[in-house]
Amino acid sequence: MSAMGLYSEHRNHPWVKHLRNALIALILIFLAALALFPIFYMVTSSFGPAIATAGNMRTIFPSSWSLDSYRAFFDFNIYAKRWILNSFIISFSTVVGNVIFASMAGYAFAKIPFKGSKWLFGMILVAMMIPYQVTQVPLYILVVKQFKMSNTYAALILPGIVSSYNVFLAKQFFTSIPTPLLESAKLDGCSHPGIFVKIVMPLSKTVLAVMAINTFMSTWNTFFWPFLVTSKDYMFTIQVGLKTFKFANETLFAPMMAGATLSALPMFILFFALQKYFLEGVTIGAVKG
Amino acid sequence: MMKSQTGIQSRRRFRLTDDDLWGYAFILIAMIAFGVFTLYPVISAVETSFLKYKPFGSEFIGLKNYQDTFSSSLFYKTVLNTLEYTVVVVPLSLLMAFAISIMILPFSKKTQSVFKSMYYLPGIASGVALSVVWLWIYDSSPTGLMNQVFTFLHLPTQNWLSSSKTSMISLMFMALMSGQGSNIIIYIAALLGIDNSYFEAAELDGATFMQKVRYIVFPLVKPTTLFLLVTGVIGSFQVFMNAFMMTGGGPDNSTTMIGLLIYKNAFEYSKYGLACAQAILLAIVIAIISLVQFKMMGVDVEY
Repeated sequence: MSAMGLYSEHRNHPWVKHLRNALIALILIFLAALALFPIFYMVTSSFGPAIATAGNMRTIFPSSWSLDSYRAFFDFNIYAKRWILNSFIISFSTVVGNVIFASMAGYAFAKIPFKGSKWLFGMILVAMMIPYQVTQVPLYILVVKQFKMSNTYAALILPGIVSSYNVFLAKQFFTSIPTPLLESAKLDGCSHPGIFVKIVMPLSKTVLAVMAINTFMSTWNTFFWPFLVTSKDYMFTIQVGLKTFKFANETLFAPMMAGATLSALPMFILFFALQKYFLEGVTIGAVKG
Repeated sequence: MMKSQTGIQSRRRFRLTDDDLWGYAFILIAMIAFGVFTLYPVISAVETSFLKYKPFGSEFIGLKNYQDTFSSSLFYKTVLNTLEYTVVVVPLSLLMAFAISIMILPFSKKTQSVFKSMYYLPGIASGVALSVVWLWIYDSSPTGLMNQVFTFLHLPTQNWLSSSKTSMISLMFMALMSGQGSNIIIYIAALLGIDNSYFEAAELDGATFMQKVRYIVFPLVKPTTLFLLVTGVIGSFQVFMNAFMMTGGGPDNSTTMIGLLIYKNAFEYSKYGLACAQAILLAIVIAIISLVQFKMMGVDVEY
């Protein structure tokens, strides 16, 4: 119960404490409602009629509820379902790549004393501070103009396959694992791959889950890179597809909201299923960094 | 290891140990990806910033891209826009996040996580999805939601995104409304780390609530504030999505910020050299700001 001492306990008048907490809760709920309103509006209006008329637009609740707008969204482009599939393929591959390769690198930097490790890790730290605008243009020229890889999964997945941030995160966490534990395994004849798979990975489930979730979220939500390297609509991700929809027709209000809801739905489901890891993920990077 | 034959020692120095080999094997894939997708692009960006880029045979033009940047009035306008956006959004969101975290504090762990989740939720929707929704909230017709609120408050309706008077404020308000979750969670973690004995001592001295916040909480969460300030400023300097999706930088470049300017130079006008020069200037400014902020606030930060 640390930090609770900030608030007086009002031991002589318990009702003062209850009243105070009730008031604070009201303010918090009001502010949260404001913050959540756009999401709420997005979801409710996605169930509205597919064709907007002056009368049924822009009320908080649609005049009638149906799934027509979702149908309209999928009819808008024959690849609309594939956009979602593409997003899944790309996000999933990126997560697998990061969990395996970033944590391997993190283990090496944390627990294997090899020549040049400080120097190489320093480079990764510096890279984390470079804004993405710097690398974006050369990366675009490299992938699209030189490798001619636009509209391929490779172009969408490979640049994000191991992020510097995840290497840093893994290294920070693995450093906290007591070295004697690993040393004794080594004396028992366990090699580095064995130690990594049998001891380090099982001890790091939380941080690996956090890494997986953060990576999934940022890959799923990313717009800029897929927008640059896709020009054929069958290779769009849901985010890129949603943008083309936005400029397609201004009267398709509810279908647009249906698309926006679909683009956010997997994240919402993940969030409600794995809340703990989401919230932990925010602090893990901050406190250790 | 008492052997002192110099021959063995010097050979030892150049031989790779098992650990060395395993180390390189473990970082191999990560370092290849790092080299191709980060290191090479950074070096190439520096090189490109001195070129007039052409697909076959770029032309070396020295510092011309940098000179062009500093002699363009649009560049200064976007820098001002970026500063304006940062100066309003970052301190206000820190203040909001701090106030909300303090208010969440007196509740039980369970209630705390419910509130944390509620404030965090808008942040997990993609920038595209949020932009699509806010585009309709800011619709300029009288039936647009924001205008309905204004009508209800007996205020005149506005052309939110399409008037240069309100376009920037609209983007700022949207950012303040949807981006508080992480800041709140980080602040709460910091607040829960404060040792209770400080408050007990203050209580004995008869300190009021505001005095406790001012003299105990503020100084003790200063490292967190510094961290959020630096990351907030860095993020805000790179802001791109909202202006790109909602206003396209308009009207009259009133919402063109540096991130969008770089994007337009590169991918609309194919001026890759100019875009790289501006991106490098951005990187330098970001590096300087983080250093200055740490120097300024770092002096009396206590851990």
